[in-house]
Amino acid sequence: MRLEVRLFATLRDIFPKEKRGMDLVTLELGSTLDDLIKYLKIPEDAPLIILVNGRRQIENIELADGDRIGIFPPVGGG
Amino acid sequence: MKLIRINMAEKRVTTENAPDNYAIMGGRALTTEVIAREVDPTCHPLGHNNKLVIAPGLLSGTSAPSSGRLSIGFKSPLTGGIKESNAGGTAAQKLAKLGIKAIIIEQIPKEEGFSILRVTKDGVELVDGSTLRGKANYEICATLQKKYGEKVCVMSIGPAGEYKLSGATVAVSDSEGRPVRHCGRGGGGAVLGSKGIKAIVIDDTDAPKVAIHDQEKFKEAARDFGKILTSHPVSGQGLPLYGTAVLINILNEAGGLPTKNFRYGRFDFADKISGEMVHDVINERKGKVTHACHPGCVIRCSQVYHDKEGKYLTAGFEYETIWAFGANCMIDDIDAIARLDYLCDDIGIDTIEMGVTMGVAMEGGVIPFGDADGAIKLLEQVRQGTELGRIIGNGAGFTGKAFGVTRVPTVKNQGIPAYDPRSVKGIGVTYATTPMGADHTAGYSVTANILKVGSHIDPLKKEGQVELSRNLQIATAAVDSTGLCLFTAFALLDEPRALQRVVDMLNAQYNLQLTIDDVTALGKAVLKTERSFNFKAGLNEAEDRLPEFFQEELDPHGTVFDVSDAELDQLFNF
Repeated sequence: MRLEVRLFATLRDIFPKEKRGMDLVTLELGSTLDDLIKYLKIPEDAPLIILVNGRRQIENIELADGDRIGIFPPVGGG
Repeated sequence: MKLIRINMAEKRVTTENAPDNYAIMGGRALTTEVIAREVDPTCHPLGHNNKLVIAPGLLSGTSAPSSGRLSIGFKSPLTGGIKESNAGGTAAQKLAKLGIKAIIIEQIPKEEGFSILRVTKDGVELVDGSTLRGKANYEICATLQKKYGEKVCVMSIGPAGEYKLSGATVAVSDSEGRPVRHCGRGGGGAVLGSKGIKAIVIDDTDAPKVAIHDQEKFKEAARDFGKILTSHPVSGQGLPLYGTAVLINILNEAGGLPTKNFRYGRFDFADKISGEMVHDVINERKGKVTHACHPGCVIRCSQVYHDKEGKYLTAGFEYETIWAFGANCMIDDIDAIARLDYLCDDIGIDTIEMGVTMGVAMEGGVIPFGDADGAIKLLEQVRQGTELGRIIGNGAGFTGKAFGVTRVPTVKNQGIPAYDPRSVKGIGVTYATTPMGADHTAGYSVTANILKVGSHIDPLKKEGQVELSRNLQIATAAVDSTGLCLFTAFALLDEPRALQRVVDMLNAQYNLQLTIDDVTALGKAVLKTERSFNFKAGLNEAEDRLPEFFQEELDPHGTVFDVSDAELDQLFNF
């Protein structure tokens, strides 16, 4: 399945620079959020904010083809 | 500690000792208390019965990290209610070092013209400011620093304040002496303009240090609090590196980035105006990615932004500003947005109110959505004081009326900031209920709704939002009284020992025995006082509501703001 993965702030560098943090990732059907994090080589214990299709995910859910996944390090402002 | 009263009708300055019951009040607690005690809630905000109170926070001027916030209080010409407007910059620290608890500006001058208020260790005096008439903030700052010394802090009003427009700010110069920090919201600049004060020059040369009762205990608590701030991922890494504009992408992902005058929750060109983009552009043009708005700030969320030629364009380029002129107006040119930010700082007008107003003006067909040049020209009209400029400068509500627009995002006539209340419901509760009018900082529910700070409350559901907003509004009222920057709240919410450290600093400085419960009680008291003022001013529960168009579904989640009126009315049950 293909996932639309959007990495932000310090995580952008995981993808080639010209992608500006946005790329399509192909994973096996049935893959979970943890599988994606592992695929992206993000350390397991890194604090992250993860949004799947615009909804924040705290649990390790199963992903579906075409999901839009945004991953952020801790950020804030206001 | 002194209270300085400036009577502008008599051009008289008097100094009195602060009464004992003001001892544990600073910042917002103090401005609110003075306004509630001394100002008739039904007075005209620009008339002789209104007052403007300037107060540093309780910890300002000390070595407490990030404690340089200043509060100004007044009855707002924008909302018609009580207002505390808060800024960084160097004023709070200097005032505190000069032993000044508050400056209270009263009455209005009998004759036209402008004065400058000069504050030094020898006292406070009014000097003629007629040569500054019509001048904008950058020129005022440069002129006064040349005359009174490079290190003075300048607080000033631009043309917008002179015209007494409801969006006018009071600028506060930053560490570099630039007028880029503002008491932005609610029209404080108009009130200062009505008092005939063009600028306040604060010179702390040879000022004594702020008195600390127990130096050792204070130092220990301050050091630990600094450590807590710098080791928290948001205040220690995210904010210094990307500034507040890092929020553009996360709000866009969450479907909460108000786009095209609050029509959509996502902006197709979010990346072009994101914190990441700002970061890259600043680096490329050799600006400053990380910058402190006042000495002693360990968070340093500010930045210095250069234009294409590598020359200074603006500083303190915030998320709300970028959203307001960007996604909200469908402008995707970050340099144009930086230019709009510069113009607002120079003219002395609130960036949030102006961005929301531009959205309303675009809705009304004054200029098309996406028209950056048109927006720049409209701001120039504010500077010139044309009739159209004065309509725009009076804010979103006024502009909506002028052009027959019904889609006007305001609460208590103040423009709604950068988080859509339909997909970030906790902040919607704050917009509706805070005594300040639509103000995100009054109870920043975005923390638990979006940023995973403090707790987790689903932003798309109404459950838990009233309680979240209530607790944050109480805590914020207390933090705003200490002089600590609100951005310390990320650590305060996450690290259990942080709040105790704040209490430790207060106790060590003032020889008190406060507990954490006392801090909460202070926050509650401030809110109750503010709400009571508003009720007497005619702002009752019916004003604690969002505009009706928030009942229309918002993409991408198809949500509406469904916290009921009865639920909103529970907020003040404490």
